[in-house]
Amino acid sequence: MSTNTEVTRRGSNGTPQAASSLAAQRAQSAETPIRPPVDIWEDKDGITLCADMPGVSKDRLNLRVDGANLIVEGQLRLELSQAAEALYADVRSSLYRRSFALSSELETDKIEASLKDGVLTVRIPKRAELRPRKIEVQAAA
Amino acid sequence: MFGISNMPGSLFDELWRFQQEIDDLFGSGSLPSGIRSLPRGSFPAVNISQTPERVDVYIFSPGVDPKSLDISMQQNLLTVTGKREIKAEEEAEYYRQERFSGEFRRVISLPEDVDPERVHAKYTDGIVQIGVERRESARPRHIQVH
Repeated sequence: MSTNTEVTRRGSNGTPQAASSLAAQRAQSAETPIRPPVDIWEDKDGITLCADMPGVSKDRLNLRVDGANLIVEGQLRLELSQAAEALYADVRSSLYRRSFALSSELETDKIEASLKDGVLTVRIPKRAELRPRKIEVQAAA
Repeated sequence: MFGISNMPGSLFDELWRFQQEIDDLFGSGSLPSGIRSLPRGSFPAVNISQTPERVDVYIFSPGVDPKSLDISMQQNLLTVTGKREIKAEEEAEYYRQERFSGEFRRVISLPEDVDPERVHAKYTDGIVQIGVERRESARPRHIQVH
């Protein structure tokens, strides 16, 4: 796999980024991430995205813009005792991940996000000059 | 924003370890499905774990007001009902509406030895954790040899 070769090569340079991306690769290949269900809507000022990510706290949320993509990632945490064993599980992964392609009229450096009770809300504003403007028709005097 | 490349190793190493744990814990948990169980993908998702002392039920119910939840126990049958109403924004065009909206109910059969008098529940980050203690008599006992 070409991606693995790439990581190995970067790893041999001994950069900290290489170490974390190797760990990331391992973590990502270890299981299929949960694709969180989302609502996405647009109004005249921008686009809003809401995602269900129960069990993700603020410090385990990783929301980023990579090139033209918005990447939503989060780590699910359950309070489990050491000796616990599973009886039943609908949720069999601990990583949420989903990405969305953004478009150029969106102001990616002005994205705002909030996380409450396991629901992530992301607000992506449109560039002011590209918002639809209503043109008033002046009544002739 | 929370750039991972600025946090060498730590976050993802931790993540990896945790995934191993959760895989060990839940990955193999494939008991026959209960007669009251719902198909996978139903809202809310449920995980159940046990120790000799207690059973923990995790209800994945993000954005649900915990006060609107009704949790009851009848012997070893746990019933959770609630409502999550998502109001659609007016003056907005929707592209995706995947999140569950409406009333929900889940009935979960717990092991026979749980004590319905000793239940507690808490809500953190959109997960309700319901802990039920098991009866003393059902716990494994150590027998001393004299």
